[in-house]
Amino acid sequence: MADHTHEHDHDHARTFAPDEETKLGYYGLAEIAVRELLIEKGLFAPEEFRMGWERFDTNGPAMGAKVVARAWTDPAFKERLLRDGSAAVREFGVDMGLIHLYAVENTADVHNVIVCTLCSCYPKPLLGPPPDWYKSRDYRSRVVRWPRQVLREFGTAVADDVQVRVHDSTADLRYLVLPERPAATTGWSAAELEGLITRDALIGVARIAPPPTHGATE
Amino acid sequence: MTPRFRIGDPVTVRRAYPAGHIRAPHYIRGKGGVVADMVGAYPNPEELAKGNWNAPLAPLYRVRFAQASAWPDYVGPAHDTVDIEIYEHWLEPSAGSAHG
Repeated sequence: MADHTHEHDHDHARTFAPDEETKLGYYGLAEIAVRELLIEKGLFAPEEFRMGWERFDTNGPAMGAKVVARAWTDPAFKERLLRDGSAAVREFGVDMGLIHLYAVENTADVHNVIVCTLCSCYPKPLLGPPPDWYKSRDYRSRVVRWPRQVLREFGTAVADDVQVRVHDSTADLRYLVLPERPAATTGWSAAELEGLITRDALIGVARIAPPPTHGATE
Repeated sequence: MTPRFRIGDPVTVRRAYPAGHIRAPHYIRGKGGVVADMVGAYPNPEELAKGNWNAPLAPLYRVRFAQASAWPDYVGPAHDTVDIEIYEHWLEPSAGSAHG
């Protein structure tokens, strides 16, 4: 609406908004054309195409949570994960393809946070599709420059004596933050811990919330 | 291909602005950091974008920059960093570095 200067006595927001999708561009059209050709030639069926999207869209951070819970409870696995993330997650049947998974560990002294300033690189096989805010220009341009302020907007204050380490995912690596395990979970099994682990902590914009105190009334 | 830099080497990102599909972000060009890790060699995206699948693999480094060097007006503590993946051909030895 920047150059919307002509005179009006009505409010567009209340009156008229055309129900139109963005026009198909060159690549949008090319995708449809190639897909239809591949279907016509019998390389895959429409049902398989739909299932692929369904799988992609409904994939969440559950696998990432499994991997982190294992790292919290199995020091040898944690070492493998930090040394070669792609090889370590293969133990869970996750295939990162040619992508190098790079896990970074939060400690009492270091807080890691992930961004892709160039586009929206994200460890999809572990976390599912990225949230809209992760792909937004706002997050991408600001977290790399004002990380502490952006973390505070997410409710995550980092003390000045803790180092904030932003990782800009610019090339062939995909990052996974290994968050700190809450102190009050001594003796918990990996399966129990999984339930505490949330997506945003694996991107590094949040910490793992401590579990509700035992015996507390809901 | 023998990598040109080692972990701990001070490096500077080339201050160059060629056209094409370039993964070294603008904000870090001309800035100095230290090689934090060597993470292998990968197809060079600048060549892939032109359809050249046979170009030599490009060694890739994780380079750590003090936020204060990345952003002269950075407002956080001096120990804050930004780690960026940068291909070797975008790196030069920093002036005064031991080898280079």
